[in-house]
Amino acid sequence: MPDFLELYTRYRTVVDQIGINAILALSLAVCLRAGQLALAQAAFMGIGAYVAAITVVTLRWPLAAGTFVAIASAAAVGALLALPVERLRGVFLAIATIGFGEIVRIVAYNLKITGGGDGFNGIPPLLSTPWIYAALLAIGAIFFALRGSRFALAMQTTREDEAASQGVGIDTGRVRVTTLACAGAIAGTAGVLYAFTNFFLTPTDFAFGRMEQILVYCVIGGVTSPLGAVAGATLMTILPEAFRFLRDFREVTNGIVLLAVIVFAPGGIAGLWKR
Amino acid sequence: MLAQQLANGIFLGATYALFAAGYALIFGVLDILNLAHASIFMVAAFVCLTIVLAGFPLWLGFLVALVVAGLIGVILDRVAFAPLRRRNAGTLVPLISSIGFAIVVEAVIRGIYGVNDRQFPEAVRTAPPLSLGPVTFTLFDLAILGAALALMLVLAYVMRATKIGRDIRAVAEDRIAAALLGVDIEKTIALTFFIASALGGAAGVLVGLQYNSVTFDMGGRIELKGLAVIILGGMGSVTGAVLGGFILGVTETLAIVFVGSSWRDAVAFGVMFLILVLRPGGILGRRALRTA
Repeated sequence: MPDFLELYTRYRTVVDQIGINAILALSLAVCLRAGQLALAQAAFMGIGAYVAAITVVTLRWPLAAGTFVAIASAAAVGALLALPVERLRGVFLAIATIGFGEIVRIVAYNLKITGGGDGFNGIPPLLSTPWIYAALLAIGAIFFALRGSRFALAMQTTREDEAASQGVGIDTGRVRVTTLACAGAIAGTAGVLYAFTNFFLTPTDFAFGRMEQILVYCVIGGVTSPLGAVAGATLMTILPEAFRFLRDFREVTNGIVLLAVIVFAPGGIAGLWKR
Repeated sequence: MLAQQLANGIFLGATYALFAAGYALIFGVLDILNLAHASIFMVAAFVCLTIVLAGFPLWLGFLVALVVAGLIGVILDRVAFAPLRRRNAGTLVPLISSIGFAIVVEAVIRGIYGVNDRQFPEAVRTAPPLSLGPVTFTLFDLAILGAALALMLVLAYVMRATKIGRDIRAVAEDRIAAALLGVDIEKTIALTFFIASALGGAAGVLVGLQYNSVTFDMGGRIELKGLAVIILGGMGSVTGAVLGGFILGVTETLAIVFVGSSWRDAVAFGVMFLILVLRPGGILGRRALRTA
């Protein structure tokens, strides 16, 4: 299929972006499923990306070892972040985690090992599109396998009524720590994939703008639906590319689609499907 | 040196305070985080710049920018928040719809003005330098501070001594009770958005003048600082936000002296994180949450 190959080489970056954005959306979907408006995905992604780049490029570790440590670091940071913010809910949790994300970005900007504001250059393209989609599929499979598990149910009850779930013996504190650790691991994976498909990293790659986009993917998809999140990420990544002819105006379509979905289709893409 | 940084902190804090007062006003009345506030801040700077470049005086540009910002705020409410109020959509969804509105506004401005930095004509900004003991600044810095303080006084007067202010406070306290007592809820909310957005717009013009730089993404720099400020002051407290603005301005400029300028933003977010974890009601405490 030469046409397909030609299409792929032309749109390769977009195809890669869709996969990575879908993984990021899944990371936030985990938090939202447990009712945690924790907005640190961009920071987790940054941690994964920088740790992978530093271990593999600077320290010359093998790719697998670097990847493992990167994902584990992002998961550990997620779990640790859950502890100080344990009393915060809703908007307050959102703001605290946004603040945490900014701190991570500023630290990356000021450290030497991350390359600071100039960025981390010269990362070899060790991974490519198949790896991104293999990771997405693997994460999706884990979601699917765990969908009726005790832990998934504990997350759901924590979202719906925290006091009641404590009443039936669910340790909501532990649910929160595990949720953020999973979110960290998933976004960290996206970070590793991003690092080895993009040649260089800068702190602004992981700034609040990225976090806003991830949030948008999930809401477009239907907030807690994993498939919806993937669909939302796909749609919102393609739209600005499809409207390139609008030049500097092209982001307008994303804003309008977002507003229209919220006002007219409150359940997002997943909600439309169920109708 | 220290005195100079303190003065710089007050000049900086005045714009933070002005921006955050509008942010806090909307949170206080509606319990929503309006992430489009920073985009209105940016539009106002462009409106003023365009009017000044067309040859009109700065004060006229400033006033028109305020009114335009206020009107965009009213449109924002109609488009992004009013439809959600009718179905009690919680906290997440309005936050996202305000992001949607901000994306549209930023894309439009970016489409019209491009991505390059715009400047006010030099003649607008030239002012004689003044000195007060060891501290030097320009008459222009003083005018910016004066404009910010004057607007905050007007806000305090409106909130405390006028019918509009009483209505806004009543809606913030209890929307249903206010409606029963004959307050027109939708009109009051629209007025809240007008006032809050005009204040945010004023901050945008003043920041644009202060740094002499107007860009389509200038709101991003202050958006999260504004969050830090309203957390510092206690969410929804306008007085707290004003106080928090000055505190953050001074803390940041002192941080430049003690820890270096590249870490100054970490101070803002570090303080914000700590306050949320240790004292979620802000520096004035929970009691201030509902007072204007």
